Amino acid sequence: MKLTLSSSPHQHVRRTTDQVMRWVLYAMIPGVIAQVIFFGWGVMLQMLLAAITAVVTEAIIVALRKREIGQALADYSAIVTALLLAVSLPPLLPWWMTVLGTWFAIAIVKQLYGGLGFNLFNPAMAAYVMLLISFPAAMSGWLPPSSMALHDMSFGDAISVIFTGFSQSGYDLTQLRAGADGYTMATPLDYVKTQLSQGYTYTEALSHPLFGKGITDAAGAGWSWVALAYLAGGIVLIQQRIISWHIPVSLIAGVAVTATFLQLINGDLFGSALFHWTNGAVMLGAFFIATDPVSASTTPKGRLVFGTAIGFWVVIIRTFGGYPDAIAFAVVIMNMAVPLIDYYTQPKVYGQRPKQKPHQGES
Amino acid sequence: MYQQLTLEGLWKNNPALVQLLGLCPLLAVTSSVINGLGLGIATTLVLIGSNATVSLIRNYVTSAIRIPVFVMIIAAFVTVIQLLMNAYTYELYLALGIFIPLIVTNCAIIGRAEAFASKNPVSTSAFDGFMMGLGFTLVLIVLGGIREVLGNGTLLHGAERLFGPFAVNWQITLFSPENPFLLAILPPGAFLGLGFLIALKNIIDKKLADKAAANAPKKVVRARVTAEN
Repeated sequence: MKLTLSSSPHQHVRRTTDQVMRWVLYAMIPGVIAQVIFFGWGVMLQMLLAAITAVVTEAIIVALRKREIGQALADYSAIVTALLLAVSLPPLLPWWMTVLGTWFAIAIVKQLYGGLGFNLFNPAMAAYVMLLISFPAAMSGWLPPSSMALHDMSFGDAISVIFTGFSQSGYDLTQLRAGADGYTMATPLDYVKTQLSQGYTYTEALSHPLFGKGITDAAGAGWSWVALAYLAGGIVLIQQRIISWHIPVSLIAGVAVTATFLQLINGDLFGSALFHWTNGAVMLGAFFIATDPVSASTTPKGRLVFGTAIGFWVVIIRTFGGYPDAIAFAVVIMNMAVPLIDYYTQPKVYGQRPKQKPHQGES
Repeated sequence: MYQQLTLEGLWKNNPALVQLLGLCPLLAVTSSVINGLGLGIATTLVLIGSNATVSLIRNYVTSAIRIPVFVMIIAAFVTVIQLLMNAYTYELYLALGIFIPLIVTNCAIIGRAEAFASKNPVSTSAFDGFMMGLGFTLVLIVLGGIREVLGNGTLLHGAERLFGPFAVNWQITLFSPENPFLLAILPPGAFLGLGFLIALKNIIDKKLADKAAANAPKKVVRARVTAEN
């Protein structure tokens, strides 16, 4: 028998921060491609704007804090934050809002709290919430999926709208948002919410041409393919062990349980689990946003609680809240609960016994 | 004495920036300069009145019941102010709403009654109340100004609500935003704004301290050349 002997260390750090961050960027590619196909070149422009702003802001603040600039930029974390924010934004958002949001994410949410590893809140989502409550009208200016839009959008049009507000042929954003029937088209989530508030049932709302073009009846045109693409990228992240399965799985399950529960109460008023999964940002949020290693829970049990709670809040806020989508709010709310969750879910130290409960009546 | 009280109230012990007292009204009403100024004046008047009165009765109230007595005195002054504002600046009274009666619970006021007025003569107590109120008001005005400019592009909007009809034209419009920056007007803007003001004060303090340290006369230490006996 031959025994091989190897010297320590026997455990290796799998990856450095910049490798992890680069993998996240690679895994975003399918989702970004799907978004470009359905919502035009604006997505790429927003990513470029956000990335440039993030790098410049990070460099300035790191210099002000007298830290090493090269090291701070080389870990790609600022770029990941910027791109996650950019893909969440409406593709034709005015350029200065994107710049303001990215600046807010890096300067205030990340660096003022101490930089990478110290921020309480997910920078991309905190910035998204900031933009959403500041500019609600602009932040809901999503285009209809390109196959259903009245006007075609070229690359030049996208640049023109983002920087001047008008396309090359002189249309403004409201006109560009028109669907094939000439009416301004809402996002699937927004549309269903409006219809329900006007007294239509959930099934009636789904009869709109926005739906049924995707994988299932409840899937919104375009949106469901974007969600699928992010799901594919997320599975790659789990397979590569960049993220653990706990948060995505529990988040998706949390959405399903809450949505199914509501639907069993009244199927006419509440959307199904499939509807919630395939519309809006649930898949992007589950795999790319809620799994932020800094602001998410760190214990295995805690991650399950964290993910489930986000899923719960997403459905609750989408259904009863004032805004159509809720990933950002849910993530920011649960970021606040992370210290508490981590405190109560500390894993047992190996070899330690649980404390014996004192018997009642003895002193 | 008075000089020191002025410095304490306006800068070194500013109720809003250093003691961090009375933050609830501070954060809630500073969406514009005029709202901030209105509440600041009201708080200052209450502070002067309550400090003077508490100082007058400081030798007659036993310490066991002093807090309820202070609260009743403050509540009486707040009621007076509230009725006055209701009568003379009705629109501002409506705009400030619940935050006028809530001046009673402003910790800055009971804090000064307990920490200063109950141990000092009337004149210095009243002056301390005035300076503390002035420091509080200045922060309200600055924070209100920052939020109003960022959120609305204006300054002194609605000045006529405080100063009467001849102030109608006081409003300064710096720019008219197509997309107003609502965050500045909403409560998070108040927290962020106050955070930056406190940081700014700390930076200035640090710069002053560095400068003072640099300017301080250097102690000359002579090297001993001769041996000790």
